[in-house]
Formats: sequence, structure tokens, C-alpha cells
Amino acid sequence: MSDSGLYVHIPFCRTRCAYCDFYSQTDLSLTPSWLEAVKREARRHKERFSSFDSLYLGGGTPTTLTPSHLGDLVQFLFKEFPFQEDLEFTVEANPDDLSRDYVAFLKGLGVNRVSVGIQSLDDEALAFLRRRHSAEQAEMAVHRLKEAGFHTLSADLIYALPGQTEKAWLRTLHRAMDLPLDHLSCYQLTFEANSPLGALLRRGEIRKPGTETERLLFLATSSLLEQEGYVHYEVSNFARQGRLCRHNLKYWDGSPYLGLGPSAHSFDGKTRWWNTRSIHRYMERIFGGRSPVSGKEILSQEKRHMEYLLLGFRTILGVNVDKIYNTNNLDIILKQLQESGLAALKEGRLVPTREGFLHADGLPLLFS
Amino acid sequence: MSQIRNFSVIAHIDHGKSTLADRLIQITGIVNERQFRDQILDSMDLERERGITIKSHTITLPYADGAGERYALNLIDTPGHVDFSYEVSRALASCEGVLLLVDASQGVQAQTLSNLFMAMEHDLTIIPVINKIDLPSADIQMVKDQLDSELGLDPDTAVLCSAKEGTGVEEILRAIVERIPGPARNAQDPLRALIFDARYDSFRGVIVSCRLFDGILKAGDVIRFMSHGKTYRVEEVGIFRLNREPVSELSAGEVGYIIAGIKTVSDTRIGDTITLDGRAAAEALPGFKEVKPVVFSSLYPISSEDYESLVGALEKYKLNDAALVYQKDSSAALGQGFRCGFLGLLHLEIVQERLEREHNLSFIMTVPSVQYQFTQSDGATVIVDNPQYYPDPATIVIAAEPFIRATIFTPERYLGAVMKLCMERRGVNARFNSPAPGRLEVTYDMPLAEVIVDFHDKLKSITQGYGSFDYELTGHREGNLVKLDFLVNGEKVDALSLIVHSDRARQWAVQVCDRLKEEIPRHQFKIAIQGAIGGKIIARSTVSAFRKDVTAKCYGGDITRKRKLLEKQKKGKKRMKMVGSVQIPQGAFVAVLKADYE
Repeated sequence: MSDSGLYVHIPFCRTRCAYCDFYSQTDLSLTPSWLEAVKREARRHKERFSSFDSLYLGGGTPTTLTPSHLGDLVQFLFKEFPFQEDLEFTVEANPDDLSRDYVAFLKGLGVNRVSVGIQSLDDEALAFLRRRHSAEQAEMAVHRLKEAGFHTLSADLIYALPGQTEKAWLRTLHRAMDLPLDHLSCYQLTFEANSPLGALLRRGEIRKPGTETERLLFLATSSLLEQEGYVHYEVSNFARQGRLCRHNLKYWDGSPYLGLGPSAHSFDGKTRWWNTRSIHRYMERIFGGRSPVSGKEILSQEKRHMEYLLLGFRTILGVNVDKIYNTNNLDIILKQLQESGLAALKEGRLVPTREGFLHADGLPLLFS
Repeated sequence: MSQIRNFSVIAHIDHGKSTLADRLIQITGIVNERQFRDQILDSMDLERERGITIKSHTITLPYADGAGERYALNLIDTPGHVDFSYEVSRALASCEGVLLLVDASQGVQAQTLSNLFMAMEHDLTIIPVINKIDLPSADIQMVKDQLDSELGLDPDTAVLCSAKEGTGVEEILRAIVERIPGPARNAQDPLRALIFDARYDSFRGVIVSCRLFDGILKAGDVIRFMSHGKTYRVEEVGIFRLNREPVSELSAGEVGYIIAGIKTVSDTRIGDTITLDGRAAAEALPGFKEVKPVVFSSLYPISSEDYESLVGALEKYKLNDAALVYQKDSSAALGQGFRCGFLGLLHLEIVQERLEREHNLSFIMTVPSVQYQFTQSDGATVIVDNPQYYPDPATIVIAAEPFIRATIFTPERYLGAVMKLCMERRGVNARFNSPAPGRLEVTYDMPLAEVIVDFHDKLKSITQGYGSFDYELTGHREGNLVKLDFLVNGEKVDALSLIVHSDRARQWAVQVCDRLKEEIPRHQFKIAIQGAIGGKIIARSTVSAFRKDVTAKCYGGDITRKRKLLEKQKKGKKRMKMVGSVQIPQGAFVAVLKADYE
């Protein structure tokens, strides 16, 4: 079995962003008991996974934690779980938390990959998204991280905002490309029903950009970044050669991962399970000696096949043609996808093209 | 012994036949109010929904007149559609009289007329009944004039009634016993019983409905079917009440049923004569013929796993419908299936719906075809009812297609539209007849292929429901017939191929391409639809691709949700057929026909 990934969900945020429906809590006073609960949960899983070669602290906003809390957590994890020598250790960070001291602290902690939630480099867009920082603050944070010498710096960007023109988005993208980044996650804005934006949409106060706009922005993003030497390795992810995110790839290539904390998901190669979303229920269960797992499923071969397809078509790994089964007219479909420029056949793998990424959600249906 | 009256009801759809039957049943008291429900004789859901009688139901009603004379009134119900006209003719052959039921507001319709002529050929007593006199739009005088001028009937003999309100029903019963002669009752002669219906009962086997003309029949007798010579021992004879009622014997003049261990209705032939094996009649009753299918279509399971269930369903269905014929068929696009022959388009639809409902099957039905004749250069003539077997066009010397004589009744004001429709459908040799002021009878010679699809619906719509239509087959005529193929992303979909007249080929090609464009959902890629004769593309359309369907994020928590969504979509795909790389919805194969070409 390949090495596993360890994810810890840090469910705290200072404020809620407009687009977010992740589980997060703005009451930071819960931190100590949450930390204790995560430790107890970790002990329950000790034996289930072999060794880990990635550690990902996500959220929420991990950098809302004080150095002492975060240090405590990491120290605990290092003591409790076996990690590989060449561990990829990512922390998600908010620009406004990245003071020179905090950056130095992260570096000292062993973090070698920081994913900065820049989201936009346009102050108007940042306000719309209800971010707490300015474009300039974000840029400064990246430079600070660079100076500290992290191996990989990544940034999250959001595009296809209501009313956003291609020009406005490319301005943000160009500014991001001027920064010393090795990895970019460019997400089209999703109007989650349970987010503040979802509510605005329902009330008709904002309008979604059209599919055609989204499509053009997607293609422009991919083509610009690839020109600049980035590999478009997943629908929304771009990296310089050798800087692909090891941890996130585990979600897509079927590797095992353990998720700790409220709402975290885990997969051991056969079974998926997920924790209760609410921090209160999470703690209540753990302190009551019970499992925080609120659901699980054992994947049948058919389900695994479906996931193999749905995840495969989202990355440049694509799918191994020999592993596609139960599909009539496979040759015709393969030919069709190549002729229509949605996928290419490379060394026995069917790999989505840039255009193919736009159809990643529909392609699996052709093969089942 | 009671006197006997054997009669049937001739009516156009919706003129109130089932309601009248309901009233007759109620008034003669064989069913109490609690058991009663509307359209009591129409037992299939499909019949109730469509308001038509698919399978005829016979019932014996007891009646006593004012003088205390007792009668057994045998109401021989008939299916009400042109597809079943042979069955109707055998039912009429079993009667001495008919009620001609005419809607007081609509007057005589084409369908009524052809059945009436059939009744006249059998020398039956005709009792005109003008129904729905309670309607505000009722025009009794108009109908009486029509009876006189159009049908040559004495308008004064008409009984006025409202089956809905129950008025005039007693008068009808009186007219039946007074005017319709009782049957001849030569019980001493060798048995001759006419089969006018047969149905399958899962416990008893086939229940044969028949009218005895000569002789006597009782349980234990060995009977012989005169058309094919098979013999059976009779287990039970009886008469029809609401349910079957066994009797000790049936004798000449009576109507009833026979149960004789017959396995499928295909072993009985409507119109055949039953005689006794030991004392056979010298000659069968006249009028027997083998019914032959005129419309053909193929059935394919959506998924090849369902093939066995389709086989089972067809076998079961066939137990009760001798008119359906089928044989194995296979298509490059759709796999293994069956080629089926039907009496007409309504018959086809009934089979389709009953297979779907009663056997819970999903299948694809291809575009209906007629039977073409091709004389080839070596002098041989091949009969083709499946476009897949269209011969090499280079070898065709003469091509011929079945023609009909179509009779259409329409109010004068729709004549223009009716003529236009008939001409579009290659109708020729128009003749006009004006049986009543304001009404016209139009006859055309037309290719059968042009009416099997949506002609009737179309006629109804252009005449706002007032037009009616009937036809008889008149043999084959030469024509320039070509095979039209359809390609979906370059893959020929053989199940969509059509044989059409060259004059209509382009129109068909465009229509089918346009319709497929609507029916085929968008895919991740562009889909080219082409209509072609030989290698030549004569029409095309395109289903544009989805522009984008991807969602931005897919991390730990999103995977299960995404997979579940796909699983749901995959279920929705079950009613789709994969042709090459394209999912074609089940309905598209027949929907291609239901287009308008205005």
C-alpha cells in the first residue's frame, strides 16, 4: 500500500467568508478542548494506517491557532504517528495571520509547504468575498514566506465572480504570477447553498456568471499558466514541475488518508468514513468515549470503479484503459473522445485535455 | 326455454357504446348496484383510459317482456377500431341484429359506416339508436336525415336515448326482442359453432367464445377445429354473465363459451368453425380467413440482460393475442430482439403498452413499417417488412408498396385541409360524395405506409375531432422506393432505417434528423446526425456539446457526494441505448415519427 496522508481539520475562523460552507467556528475559546478531542481521536486510529508521507493542516483557518496550540498539536502528531523522512507538511494560511513571527514559527515547526488563501488580488473582489486582507497584504505575506525559505508556496485564487470580466481576472492572475509561487489553486466560484453568497443568489441580489463565461475564463487561466511553465495537473490545480501537491493527489489517486477533527473524511483503501460536522457534537462524542464518525461506507468494486473514473478524469493521471470495465463500445468512445479533443491516449492511459477537464463530471458516465 | 336474441352494438368511439352496455346490464338486473362500476365490460385499465374496447366482452342478459315471455339477450361486444375489423366481422356474423348507435350531436362517422355495411352484408336487422339526446348540442333531426339519406335507413325506426341518463333504454330492449328475429335452432344437425373471440385464462386455458349455428355441445364432447383439424375434449360449456356460468349444454342459436384444455389462443382462429369430431359437419361456416399483420416493428430490450424477460413477456402476451406474430431479429445497433407483426398501429400501441404495464418492461420499439415487394433482376420477388433487409438497390427491377382505399368523413368546412393532408401523404384518385348537407365522404387511394404513422391523429386535429377515417387494403402498387439510413456520429443506426418513397425521402430525412436532435440529450461532445440514401447525405442536424459540467473542488468530503450523483445519473441512463458513443433515449426510436411537418 502506498503511504498515507494525514489531514487535520482546524475548524476555526476569525470571520466567515462569503463563499464558504465548510464547517468553521468563530468562537476561538473552544480551541483547548478541541485540541484535546483531536488528540483522543488520533489515538483511536493509531494502528489503522502504516506510515504517512504527507501532513496537511486545513480548515477553517489553521493560522488562527496560536503558536502554542498549533505547536502542541504538531508535536503530538509527530510523536503519535510514523512519518516519512521526506514528509510534505502543508499548512493553510490566511495572509493577515502571517506576521514575520508567525512565519518564522511555521518554518521552525517543520512546515515545508504553505498554501496561502489569497483568493484575489483585487481589493473590490476581496471585499465582495468578505476577506479580511487587502491585495497588498497578501503579496507581502507571500514575499515574507519566500524569504523564510519554504520549499513550496501555493496560493488559492477564486475567479468567475459575478460580473467579473476576463480582463479583471487576468489582472489578478498576472499579479499572482509575479509572486514567488510554485503552485496555484484556481477555483471557479461555487455558490454553495449554505454560504452567504448562496443566500444573496436566492434573493436575486447577485447573478451567477453564465456557463460560457466560466468556460472561457477556465480556458484562459489554463492556457496562460501553462505558457508560464505551470502544469495543469488537476481541474483547479497548477504547479511548477515537481511541486504537485502530494497530499491532494492522494484524494485523486485512491491512496489512503486519515482525517481528524470535525467534518474530516477518511479513506483506508476500502472504506470511507466521515466525522460529525459540528464541533460541539464532535467533542461531546469523543469526551463521552464514543466515535465521532457520523457515516461510513464500504466501497463495492462497482463504486470503486466509479470513483476511479470520476477522480481519474479530474487529473492528468487520467485512467488506465485496461482498468475500465463493463463498458460497451469502449473503442468507439475512446476514438470519439480523442477526435473531439476531450482526452488523449498516452501509454495506455486516457488523459483529459484542457477541454476535457471542463467535462470531468460527465465523462465517467460514458464508461459505466 | 327462453327465446334468444343475438345482437351487437355498432358505434363510433365516444358515441356511448360502453355506457349503453352499462345501462342494459343494470336494467336487466344481473348485477346489483354495489358490484356496478362504469364501463363494466371494459376490464383492462387501458380500455378505460382510452375509452375503447380492445378485447370484446360478451354477456347474456335475461329479459322478460310485458307478456311474460322470457328472453336471453346475447350482447356480443365488438372491438371498436379499424385494426380489428375482421374480429368485428366475425362478431357480426354471430348476430341476427345490431344496434346502430349514433351520437345525436356528431352524427354518423366513417368507422360506424364500415361496420354498418358489414352488418348489412350479413343481412342483420338494424335498429338505429340516437344517443346523447340530453346534450344541448343534440340535433336529432340532423341525425335522422343522415340515417335516411346516407344509410338508407328508415329514420322513423330510430330509438331515442340517453344512455347516460338511462332514458330510452327500455325502448331499446323492446326493439331488440320485437324487431330482431330469433336465431334458427336446428339442434339436430351436426355441430357448427363459430368462434368470434378467444381469451386466455391462466387457470383454465383458452376460453373460446362462440355462437352455435347447428347442433348441440356439452362437456365431454370431442370437438374439432375445422381449419386445422385439431381436436380437444370439452371440459365445460357455459354462458357469460358478468362471470362465466357453466351450463349443461349449448344448443343451436345460443352464444356461450367452451373450455377444452386449449393451451394458447393461437390454437384457436377467430372465424373458425368448431364441429364434433365424431359427427362432423360437411362444411365449415363461411367467412373464415387467416388474419395477417400489416404493420411491423422491432422490439429490443434496453439492456441485453433484459432479453430473457422480453422473451417471457412476449410468450405470455401471445397466449391472449393471436393476432400478434413475432420472430427473432437482430440489429447491429440494438442487439438481439424481435420483429413483430401487428394488425395496425393501434394494435401495435396496445401491445407496446400492455407489455410495458403488465410485464414492467422497458424496451425500444422501432419505426413501424409495412410490407414491401421487390422484384429483382433474377425475376424473384422478395417481401420485405424490415428495412434492414432492403435488397441491393442495383438488383431491384420493380418496387411496390401496399395501398389502401381511405374513406374519410368530414364536415365540408375542413375539406381543404383534409385534401391537403391526403395529398401530402401521396393520396391519389380522390372521389367525393355528399351523403348529407354540409358533410362529405372523401375517398383516396393512398399508400398504407403514409397512414400508419400519425395520419389518424393528424386528421383528428385538422378537423377538430369531426373527421373520421376508415380504410381497406387494395393491394400493392409500384413506386420508387428507397432506403433511408440515419447515422449518429458516423455510426449507422440500423434500427432507425426506413423504406420510403423517393418523393418523400428528403422530407422524412429532415424530419427525423430534426426530431433526433430534440430527443438526443447533449453529450460532452458534438453529435452529428445525418440522413442518407446509399452513401449520399441528404439531411443533417447537430446536437451541440455541453459547454462545461465540471465543479471546481473535489477533496475528501466531495468524493462520496460526487459518486452518488453519478450513480443517480447512471440510473437515469437505463432508459437510454448506447449507439457507438452516443446515448439515445428509448423514446427517440418511435418519437422520430411523431413530428409535424407543417
